[in-house]
Amino acid sequence: MATIGVLALQGAVREHARVLTSLGADVRLIKRRDDLDGIDGVVLPGGESTTIGMLLEEYEIAPRLRSGELPIFGTCAGMILMADEIDGSDQPRLGVMRIGVRRNAFGRQRESFEEAIGGAPVAGEPLRGVFIRAPYVTDVGPGVEVLGRVDGKIVLCRQGQFLAASFHPELTDDRRLHRYFLEEIVLRAPHLA
Amino acid sequence: MEREVGTFRVKAGLAEMLKGGVIMDVTTPEQAVIAERAGAVAVMALERVPADIRAAGGVARMADPRIIREIMDAVTIPVMAKARIGHFVEAQILEALGVDYIDESEVLTPADEQYHIDKSKFKVPFVCGARNLGEALRRIAEGAAMIRTKGEPGTGNVVEAVRHARTVNSDIRRVVAAPEDELGTIAKELGAPIELVREVHELGRLPVVNFSAGGIATPADAALIMQLGVDGIFVGSGIFKSQDPEARGRAVVRATTHFEDPAVLAEVSAGLGEAMPGIEISKIAPAERMQERGW
Repeated sequence: MATIGVLALQGAVREHARVLTSLGADVRLIKRRDDLDGIDGVVLPGGESTTIGMLLEEYEIAPRLRSGELPIFGTCAGMILMADEIDGSDQPRLGVMRIGVRRNAFGRQRESFEEAIGGAPVAGEPLRGVFIRAPYVTDVGPGVEVLGRVDGKIVLCRQGQFLAASFHPELTDDRRLHRYFLEEIVLRAPHLA
Repeated sequence: MEREVGTFRVKAGLAEMLKGGVIMDVTTPEQAVIAERAGAVAVMALERVPADIRAAGGVARMADPRIIREIMDAVTIPVMAKARIGHFVEAQILEALGVDYIDESEVLTPADEQYHIDKSKFKVPFVCGARNLGEALRRIAEGAAMIRTKGEPGTGNVVEAVRHARTVNSDIRRVVAAPEDELGTIAKELGAPIELVREVHELGRLPVVNFSAGGIATPADAALIMQLGVDGIFVGSGIFKSQDPEARGRAVVRATTHFEDPAVLAEVSAGLGEAMPGIEISKIAPAERMQERGW
């Protein structure tokens, strides 16, 4: 099975680690550049994108994530960090996906919600989306596949080895999206396939 | 499935997103921007920091909504604000303003000596203070989606924060180690609902995120309390009562992320200027101790 690094600068780290471990992945917490050695894929958890983005640069983790060598799955703040456009903000980011995002796009915490997600890339019941001060995708560039929407807004998308979700599958018992990342993206990388 | 707003999962979930981070008290939009730039994961909007509340005396109340609004407009990170213990109308006002978290806080003068706010009625989540497991579980039973140990606010003295973090830990160890047939009696002793005591027994931790507050003034304080197993840090007076708030704020954030790395702690602790002046706890009369407020 694969070794997955969960970025552990701040945020919902233990929840992702729990889900990935239960799917058989070896999980390593990433706090500095060298922690990325021997990793097959990375999860960027939810948290505060301004805080995480700043620390990603300072502890020199960003360049290797930006180089495109590793599959990345980002949730919420993770999606924001993966976008190359952030509406009205010049905050630090990885910018690995050709998407534009709007932060807190559904409103403040008072408006945070749960809702089923149409069109998700998993069989069976729709995913239950947990949206917390969540972003959505406003624009997609070439090569970006839209995988899920709520209210017509894009909340799940993929560009090659990059997967980004506005919501928090790690806060539910549904492991299908993590499994999709592992089986359809990480394990299909040339050195693991 | 219909849209469900304000579920307990999204309330407790925001606290999960704040883990490993620092929440800073701010009294102006300018301070809020400094906090955000330093890497704060959220700010607490106040009229006065606890050290000034302590110095001013009298009745401390919810902040002026105008100040809270200005702070909400100044930053993109979550904004929290304090309501008095039991003052559910202050909480209604804060919810109407759209703050992201309400702190039912002992830093303000309690409005009710018997009943805390029924927090489950609100769409906005609440964080509450606790000194031990029983107090934490009583607040969770009332609907709190996040706990912070109380410490002693406005003192710059970490000793009470350490005491409360250790007390919660040792209470949890006892619940985890106990056989199931003793949990009912433990629940009675703790003054906490049996369902929540069972949940702690199974999880091995509190069912919601637990931050630390009340007396953290240095990066080393923050790392100390993180090594004791809390999920994150509130810094009240410690940042903006120090000589160089931005540098100290940045250092406390980095110390909270790299709390287990003494080399990073040594680096970020250097050259920060004066910390806030501290107060010896024994010099504060018991009736003046904020941690005694609430039950």
